[in-house]
Amino acid sequence: MARIIVVTSGKGGVGKTTTSAAIAMGLAKKGHRTAVIDFDVGLRNLDLIMGCERRVVYDFVNVINEEASINQALIRDKRSENLFILPASQTRDKDSLTKEGVGRVLGALSETFDYVVCDSPAGIEKGATLAMYYADDAIIVTNPEVSSVRDSDRMLGILASKSRRAETAAEPIKEYLLLTRYSPERVRLGEMLSVNDVQEILSLHLLGVIPDSKAVLNASNAGTPVILDDKSDAGQAYADVVARYLGEEVPHRFIEFQKRTLFGRLFGG
Amino acid sequence: MNLLDYFRKSRHSSASIAKERLQILVAHERAARNKPDYLPKLQKELLEVIRKYVQVDLDAISVTMEQDDKREVLELNIVLPDDRERKPVQQF
Repeated sequence: MARIIVVTSGKGGVGKTTTSAAIAMGLAKKGHRTAVIDFDVGLRNLDLIMGCERRVVYDFVNVINEEASINQALIRDKRSENLFILPASQTRDKDSLTKEGVGRVLGALSETFDYVVCDSPAGIEKGATLAMYYADDAIIVTNPEVSSVRDSDRMLGILASKSRRAETAAEPIKEYLLLTRYSPERVRLGEMLSVNDVQEILSLHLLGVIPDSKAVLNASNAGTPVILDDKSDAGQAYADVVARYLGEEVPHRFIEFQKRTLFGRLFGG
Repeated sequence: MNLLDYFRKSRHSSASIAKERLQILVAHERAARNKPDYLPKLQKELLEVIRKYVQVDLDAISVTMEQDDKREVLELNIVLPDDRERKPVQQF
């Protein structure tokens, strides 16, 4: 039985796809068979972040409509044999995802995978609500910024009322906060909400803090999940997040502002 | 944190304004989210019943729903007018 993880936020552009790619790769690197699904029908992008955009033949909607088998549509990652990607369709038909269809695909994946990561689209429309409907765990990606925090809280309300676990009165979805694009320096200057501020407002368990980092754009330019850049701050922060998700006790890093030494400033260390 | 930081991170820093605004907004939105949809209708019908017996103002009644882990409390608050102002509704 796979554990189903939804990566969601409400607001767009906060780092859901970057996070889905990094966490899926991190789980796979730790030896877990992992599938990552793009729920953003019409605006697929996970394939690009994962670097497999030229290998897409069939997609999620083809599988739901039984035009392709799940094994035909899954793309095996070239860097990890445990990782598979199910791309979104580029169709403009909004109703192509159905609750039954998504349930069927997730049920089939559950039989052979350990983890299924659902990359939610922004907003609260069908793609987003279906991405979270079957979830066991939810990672709420939030930027330390007012509109993102508000939207995250809105998503918490939807998770608590419109998920399968809520409807069947099962144990509630486990919710985790992932704070991304964090700038310790701006927090120190009082220009940005701190980790504690956001946690206090949302009262969520903190899974990790990803610093605002050049490595994220570099990684997406190359189609490599940023977690594979293990020399970068963001890559290390995501590795910590995966370890923490799997139950390891890892202290939080990249929260305090590190003053750069003269040596560091001169040599860019 | 040094002394300079203390002054920089004053009460008026943009981050503290953001936090304050969010705390108010989120509390408000959460309260609205947990309310059952029938509350406004319940309030209206209760008011109609009460006004059969006592003439109360439209805004003299409030219905609130509070929830904690163990129970839900439906609180009904009616402010009755003073004795002098009270005009009993004629009963047949």
